[in-house]
Amino acid sequence: MVKNIAFDQFKGSKDYVTSEALRNAVNVSIALGRPLLIRGEPGTGKTMLAHSIAKGLDKKLIVWNIKSTTKAQEGLYVYDTVQRLNDSRFGDKNVSDIKQYIKLGKLGQAFAAKEQVVLLIDEVDKADIEFPNDLLNEIDEMSFFIPETNETVQATFRPITIITSNAEKELPDAFLRRCIFHFIEFPDPALMKEIIAVHFPGLKDNLVKAAMNGFYALREVEEFRKKPSTSELVDWIKVLLASEVPVEKISRELPFAGALLKKEVDHEHFINNYMTRSGNAYIVKKPA
Amino acid sequence: MFVDFFYSLKQRKVPVSFTEWMTLMEALAKGYISTLDQFYFLARSILIKSEAYFDHYDIVFQEHFHGIQGPAEITEQVLAWLNDPATFLALTAEQQLPYDKLDFGALIKQLEERLKEQTEAHDGGSYWIGRGGISPFGHSGRNPGGILIGAEGGGRSAVQIAQERKFRNYRNDLVLDMRQIKIALKRLRHLNRIGPEDELDLKETVDATAKNVGDIELVWRRSRKNAIKLLLLMDVGGSMDPYVQTVSQLFTAAHSSTHFKDFQYYYFHNCVYDDLYRNMQTLEKVSTDHILQTLDPDYKVIIVGDANMESSELLRKNGAIYYYLRNETPGLIWLQRIAQHFSHTVWLNPDSEVFWRATTVRLVRRVFPMYPLTLEGLDQAVKKLVVKR
Repeated sequence: MVKNIAFDQFKGSKDYVTSEALRNAVNVSIALGRPLLIRGEPGTGKTMLAHSIAKGLDKKLIVWNIKSTTKAQEGLYVYDTVQRLNDSRFGDKNVSDIKQYIKLGKLGQAFAAKEQVVLLIDEVDKADIEFPNDLLNEIDEMSFFIPETNETVQATFRPITIITSNAEKELPDAFLRRCIFHFIEFPDPALMKEIIAVHFPGLKDNLVKAAMNGFYALREVEEFRKKPSTSELVDWIKVLLASEVPVEKISRELPFAGALLKKEVDHEHFINNYMTRSGNAYIVKKPA
Repeated sequence: MFVDFFYSLKQRKVPVSFTEWMTLMEALAKGYISTLDQFYFLARSILIKSEAYFDHYDIVFQEHFHGIQGPAEITEQVLAWLNDPATFLALTAEQQLPYDKLDFGALIKQLEERLKEQTEAHDGGSYWIGRGGISPFGHSGRNPGGILIGAEGGGRSAVQIAQERKFRNYRNDLVLDMRQIKIALKRLRHLNRIGPEDELDLKETVDATAKNVGDIELVWRRSRKNAIKLLLLMDVGGSMDPYVQTVSQLFTAAHSSTHFKDFQYYYFHNCVYDDLYRNMQTLEKVSTDHILQTLDPDYKVIIVGDANMESSELLRKNGAIYYYLRNETPGLIWLQRIAQHFSHTVWLNPDSEVFWRATTVRLVRRVFPMYPLTLEGLDQAVKKLVVKR
């Protein structure tokens, strides 16, 4: 058996730290031409992955952001009837050429591309529950038919398809069977250090340590509705740097905790239960 | 050996299909992997589609590629026994209390160890493991002490990774399919043309344009949207504790279903009296009268509760389980008012139907059509909610 040279394509990119398991999953998905389904806590970099793949492999990225109102059809193409009617009235275009009124959606663009592209279908679980089923055939065959022009759009190069999802147990089995799956775990401190180093090269060790201690301590608290995640930690460190808070204050006062706790109720809960007044400042309560 | 691997996964109730197996074979045939470590990740990303099954995968992987017996698995019967609400009902609140806070992972581990040593799985003495084993479902966080698989420089083998079984906390043997609940609720719809006129009515446009001697005349119409408004009332009394998971799933499904025009929910204890609760923690309440006055009768009402209580709670003045509630009007009258006000109401009962002979359940059934809180029951209830009257 000849080892396929195309396999170890994706090795991560400079600004995105990956694990071996993730690289492996990406490469399997590229090699087999199956979509890669990525799940994980919010803020673990699901969306960033597609950007990193596009960058790492030097390919164009097409992003299809899914909203609750998104229909599968929109991803394929839209037939602009109003424009055509309008043109027929004013007659400055040849309206018998329907082609010019067919606008390809994101999926359509990815199929029609002249080179291999990376297609990111972001937050697929946001759409209607039947949405993934409506795309099964198109994703399988990598082609679709446009009845208006009697044409078939067929992908010459299978796009590298990354699908992200937040919710568990939401996707239909038939859809899952066609995907390669990877679950991004919450980074452990060692990996987190690496991630911080990527975002803030040359950051002082004691600051990293203090920030990480505060961050992981907050993640331990079970009562929060939304636990702080990587992106919140990065924001927080930005704020800490900008405000030039002395390092020893960080673990004592957890300044700007609002950057970590995005929900108001969480922030209030934290202030009321984990902070205590000392002089004119609030400080973190000693664990009982 | 590989085929056995596939069947062992199936045996552990991992949903893995032939399609996925063929995909794995395709990947192997192309020679993408050269080591067992790579195989571990490759097979996992192809075969397993939810982190809830990563732990099952780790166990099977260990068994097959190390010749080591996996840890004593908690068998179907034991889990079924643990899940049986009857197990809880026999415990008083006092007995339950100290075990509520126990760590789920530690308990399961303890249970595994015990099962290994014992020949008799149904150890009566380990009653409390059942209680603790179930209650933390859904909020047992993962252990941050775990080491990331394949972290740079780790250099551990796949079998070691599998042995670590760090996905133990993601296991969810109580999977009641949220998707199925959502699909059942999806049938709760009545499409009406409402909202802004944002949809082009092509047929009318062509007609109008033709009448206009070819001068374009665009005709817009309202798009079809679901007009169903839903009111969900949930019993959170003590006897409902074993069903918290199921009820919260129903709630989440209804809450995240975007297709309702309006969705309101309130809580109550055992029976509805003068007030309904908006939030059980803060006891923020709204008077039932107010709800009956402000909500139109076309709200579809789903009440979830076991309807199992002292008959005085239903029939007598001041009969509420908490004496300070001092209800002037008996609970049953309140229930009848709800049934009279709204045109479509159903009661979902999580208790199995053998308990439905209890006096209070029979009384409640005279007021509301009652269905079991199962997928079939939900289906029937939804049908009842959309019939024309």
